[in-house]
Amino acid sequence: MTAYCRISHVDKVYKRGSTETCVLKEITLDIEKGEYVSIIGHSGCGKSTLLNIVAGLTPATNGGVILEGREVNDPGPDRAVVFQNHSLLPWLTVYDNVKLAVDKVCSATKSRAERHAWTIHNLDLVQMTHAKDKRPSEISGGMKQRVGLARALAMEPKILLLDEPFGALDALTRAHLQDTVMGLHQKLGNTVMMITHDVDEAVLLSDRIIMMTNGPSAQIGEILPVPLARPRKRLELVADATFLKCRQRVLEFLYERHQFVEAA
Amino acid sequence: MNMPVAKSEISGRIFAAPTTPVAAKVLPLPVKQKPINTRARDTFGKIAATVVPPVVMVLLLLTVWQVLCMRPGATLPPPSKIWTEAYDLIVDPFFVAGPQDIGLGWRVLVSLERVAIGYGLAAVFGIALGTLVGQSVWAMRGLDPIFQVLRTISPLAWLPISLAAFRDSQPSAIFVIFITSVWPIIINTAVGIRNIPQDYRNVAAVLRLNPLEFFGKIMIPSAAPYIFTGLRIGIGLSWLAIVAAEMLTGGVGIGFFIWDAWNSSRLPDIFIALAYIGIVGFILDRIVAGVASIVTRGTAAN
Repeated sequence: MTAYCRISHVDKVYKRGSTETCVLKEITLDIEKGEYVSIIGHSGCGKSTLLNIVAGLTPATNGGVILEGREVNDPGPDRAVVFQNHSLLPWLTVYDNVKLAVDKVCSATKSRAERHAWTIHNLDLVQMTHAKDKRPSEISGGMKQRVGLARALAMEPKILLLDEPFGALDALTRAHLQDTVMGLHQKLGNTVMMITHDVDEAVLLSDRIIMMTNGPSAQIGEILPVPLARPRKRLELVADATFLKCRQRVLEFLYERHQFVEAA
Repeated sequence: MNMPVAKSEISGRIFAAPTTPVAAKVLPLPVKQKPINTRARDTFGKIAATVVPPVVMVLLLLTVWQVLCMRPGATLPPPSKIWTEAYDLIVDPFFVAGPQDIGLGWRVLVSLERVAIGYGLAAVFGIALGTLVGQSVWAMRGLDPIFQVLRTISPLAWLPISLAAFRDSQPSAIFVIFITSVWPIIINTAVGIRNIPQDYRNVAAVLRLNPLEFFGKIMIPSAAPYIFTGLRIGIGLSWLAIVAAEMLTGGVGIGFFIWDAWNSSRLPDIFIALAYIGIVGFILDRIVAGVASIVTRGTAAN
């Protein structure tokens, strides 16, 4: 039986002149349909590189990624990415940013009116319809990230790739957006792969946490299943024994066994 | 630390208020609006603040000029003499008194037509070549050194070559405009294209935009501020070049008018022509800048 998304023996080596830097070594990971997987590790461990390989933006040196029986060779809307710095086009309104994706991805399947409705529907999902005629420079960082999320969701991806989506936000906005993402995952059943460096975020959102060892030649150090029932409530989990245990396991991994080495 | 408590008490009272029936009458507040004559005075004041200083400076400069050139033996005419001798040129830009005796407005229009053709071609070719150079590393390595050498050549140095090639003054003048204004457009476009953030390229890749869509939806809007910088330098240069080119090629344009006036010792006419050139150049620059600010609204804001 093959998995929904299989990352198989992926190596990534960057060459600069005669020096070779091995970033990722032997990464093998299966992701089930509808699963929420987080990848956590210290900065520089190749988390983002792994996400870019799944997105098709960076080619793997060895190995490959198979999504629903098809090999990933290039980027495509079936693997929509929410980028860390939102990457909205500043000359388009919020609506047009989402519409650009809708027009491109759904041009064959939806009529003009349906595409408009689909754009509005996705803005509704992230509660951004009120700002649809604003430009990205006129809305806050959290709102931009919501629009980025709407754009990705509008592509109806097979797997949603989140590259530290809440990294640049303040704690309150981040919590709010985490709840939004959790709600959407519950509602739409997306398969999600998220890069993060926030332990609480990883435990709160994920079904499984993939912990990466430090680079160079980063590997998957440990995989921790999070056996918490959904829907999860942030406040109830604060004192939950399973939540705390998972949190502790991740913290131990990151700060005892694989402490960040500056020289690495 | 007492502040938050006090605040919540107040807000609690405010929220509680609607539950009890309100007996108070709603009194419309008189909207305080300034009387019309005060508002008019405000706008007038603003306009005056921008208009008066340059007018004062111009009058001052004209006075200095008048004083300096009034002495007997002065080589240049004073403003008063220009006014009396070139009166017909100043008051009516669009008179026609003969095949070579026409108002400066007509001459400027002829020059502008040449600039429009030459500059239009330069804009199209410049943006296309700039995109190529910005997008392809090999095109840049091959073409950039050539551009860097060619752009330093004076516009007039091209004139003999273009006259030899076209054997006619009209296309030669247009070619000189083209070759003068195309370099800044190419170079700025290339820089703009090279500076497209990787994020936008990633977005385009994920969406699988085809090259044409990428060009229209990502490249041009993203590079627009740079492209317009090039276009603005280009329009300035082409207006500089047309005068020089027309001086040598002849015809009806404003440049030839200056040369003709010099040959027939009509110095006051030259001053008027200079004023025309300056004002038209200024207007051209403002037009391109205005278009730029409309087109690059979103990009510039970020």
